[in-house]
Amino acid sequence: MYRYDEQDHKLIRERVAQFRGQTERYLAGELSEEEFLPLRLQNGLYVQRLAPMLRIAVPYGLMNSTQVRRLAHITRKYDKGYAHFTTRQNVQLNWPNLEDVPDILAELAEVEMHAVQTSGNCIRNTTTDQFAGVAGDELVDPRPYCELIRQWSTFHPEFAFLPRKFKIAVCGTEEDRAAIRAHDIGVQIVKNDQGETGFQVFVGGGLGRTPILGVAIRDFLPETHLLSYLEAIVRVYNQLGRRDNKFKARIKILVKAMGPEEFARRVEAEWEQIKDGADELTVEAIEWAKRFFPEQPYKTFKAGHGEAVLRDQAGDDKAFARWLERNTFPHRVEGYQAVTLSTKPTGIPPGDVTDRQLEAIADLADEFSFGEVRVTHEQNVVLADVEQEKLFALWQAARKHGFATPNIGTLTDMICCPGGDYCSLANAKSIPVAEAIQRKFDDLDYLYDLGDLDLNISGCMNACGHHHIGHIGILGVDKKGEEFYQVQLGGSANQDASLGKVLGPSFSRDEMPATIGKILDVFVENRQPEEFFIDTYNRIGLQPFKERVYAKAS
Amino acid sequence: MPKPAENPAVKKPVGAQPENPAQLILDGEVADNQWNLLPLTGEEQITADKLAAGKIILPASVWLALREALQERKQEIGVWLDSDETADFIGEYARELPLVAVHFPAFTDGRGFTAARLLRERYGFKGELRAVGNFIRDQLTYLTRCGFNAFAFQGAQPLTKLIDSLQDFSDSYQATVDQPKPIFRRRALAS
Repeated sequence: MYRYDEQDHKLIRERVAQFRGQTERYLAGELSEEEFLPLRLQNGLYVQRLAPMLRIAVPYGLMNSTQVRRLAHITRKYDKGYAHFTTRQNVQLNWPNLEDVPDILAELAEVEMHAVQTSGNCIRNTTTDQFAGVAGDELVDPRPYCELIRQWSTFHPEFAFLPRKFKIAVCGTEEDRAAIRAHDIGVQIVKNDQGETGFQVFVGGGLGRTPILGVAIRDFLPETHLLSYLEAIVRVYNQLGRRDNKFKARIKILVKAMGPEEFARRVEAEWEQIKDGADELTVEAIEWAKRFFPEQPYKTFKAGHGEAVLRDQAGDDKAFARWLERNTFPHRVEGYQAVTLSTKPTGIPPGDVTDRQLEAIADLADEFSFGEVRVTHEQNVVLADVEQEKLFALWQAARKHGFATPNIGTLTDMICCPGGDYCSLANAKSIPVAEAIQRKFDDLDYLYDLGDLDLNISGCMNACGHHHIGHIGILGVDKKGEEFYQVQLGGSANQDASLGKVLGPSFSRDEMPATIGKILDVFVENRQPEEFFIDTYNRIGLQPFKERVYAKAS
Repeated sequence: MPKPAENPAVKKPVGAQPENPAQLILDGEVADNQWNLLPLTGEEQITADKLAAGKIILPASVWLALREALQERKQEIGVWLDSDETADFIGEYARELPLVAVHFPAFTDGRGFTAARLLRERYGFKGELRAVGNFIRDQLTYLTRCGFNAFAFQGAQPLTKLIDSLQDFSDSYQATVDQPKPIFRRRALAS
């Protein structure tokens, strides 16, 4: 993974010192609330319902075990002993003291971490596929490009005060596991007929109160042009994006108002002026970035040997077989498999882990996966490089620490924002809804029979829980001071991305598990053999679900 | 390269106009303000002979309307851009000017950062580039990287203290006005 050099260290130290000064000025009354607000946001610090919340950056979701151990230490020393993985592959602390934040940032800086630009109207943490580098269907490893984007966007002097937040995602596989069309810019790595690497560039996607999927404004951008093209897009947006209404300030609104063709024309015109300039990547720079993501020192295994071992073990142990089926992912190297540690056992807020669990993750990473850990946008944790022969041992250890719930990709592996329990923006709580659904559907055989199913919950229309792109999406709404929940069906985050459609009038929290039950009944009754929920929905449409859910009791 | 706006209408004043403080930070030091910034007044008839004497900074739309008539006073006429006026608004005319000021109606309005970079990098502006309005000290390094060299803070502010913020960062990842090579070019060369 990327390692800081002296220049990175110096810049991050300078940032910590700057923020320490700003915090002191704020506490001394020399910096107004209004002025401190965007400064603290750009250092990851929100002030929430109950306490400040600090969002720590995990660039494209990748951490080493030393960093994870430092997080554990920080949650213990400055917080309540737990942390939360977010849908942008970051980590949040829910209870730090504002005065302590500069010290927390200094401790993070020592292990090459920071909270820079994890909030505020600037370019946020770049995200990618959690299986980057190990996926069999990968065209090119996206991480070196993510790192180059990270450096380009960090402390970008021109783009620190954009009309609104700005999110970039990169995908190196055909199956989109990074939801790139739900981002302000989505970068899809492609190859042209000559076999050269380049990018298809999507722009103007986003969730929130106006969900829109990004549109392609360029089908092939040669790789050395990546940063100049991004610069052209953000520059057009910085100049022309709306600033009069924060709800209409995202780039998606500009692209929609202007039309994608006109927006693309302006980007190309701007890019013509700056391409081949100083911001142009060089082949050497790309090679330099790639050196940080070398082939791991994999062992050589005999073809089929690992599978045979696993078959035997799975045959003897149904629980292991389930876990193997749901929580592991094929690896491009013979004898290896990637493992997802589930942070979603029933009764725990999705994405929450304790300090001890963080340490356990670090230990497991050291023992089984070259000391590296990935955070997924589904809020789980991936150990990407596990020997098949050691999966059984890893499973047993993961069980001991509460990470082995075999529910990855199923109904109970839901994406869920912190909601009204923590967040001051939320209209409704989301965690209790997630828990009630997990409790109702705790029969693993039933879950497996349902197959792949994304259920996403947001506590308000800001959509941190990505409800628009869940196969089933749940949105907390406020009706005259009471919490209600709207249900949407048919969203998808994959390469055939789509936005969910609203089922009908909203439900009280108590009604939610039964409502989900009715939706699943319609699916089960209508599905063709082995069909997934989203495919059945696409085939039969919204109406049968609507009829069942809103049927008058007879 | 886009041409400057031709025969633009003189703008109506919208919102707060920039102040013109007696002192400012210029090239890293506290200095007396030698220029008189004229706000937009909304008067319909502005003619060159009615303008104040001495060094003045005119609203861009006024200057564009009077540019021909002001050729004689070139060295004492500066221009200020409002935040909704992009650098293209004066474009290559910028080269003729000794001073361009960029207005920040609110410090969170980041359009001025782009305007500054384009004036320096695209339109070859070499004169004094002055930030006016509601920017804050915490933005000084970014403003400098984008090409500003003068900072006319509003209200009574301890300028000698604010100067420190020019040193918040000693390096940058990107190519900027004051650092022509992005960090990846410098690193790739070193390795």
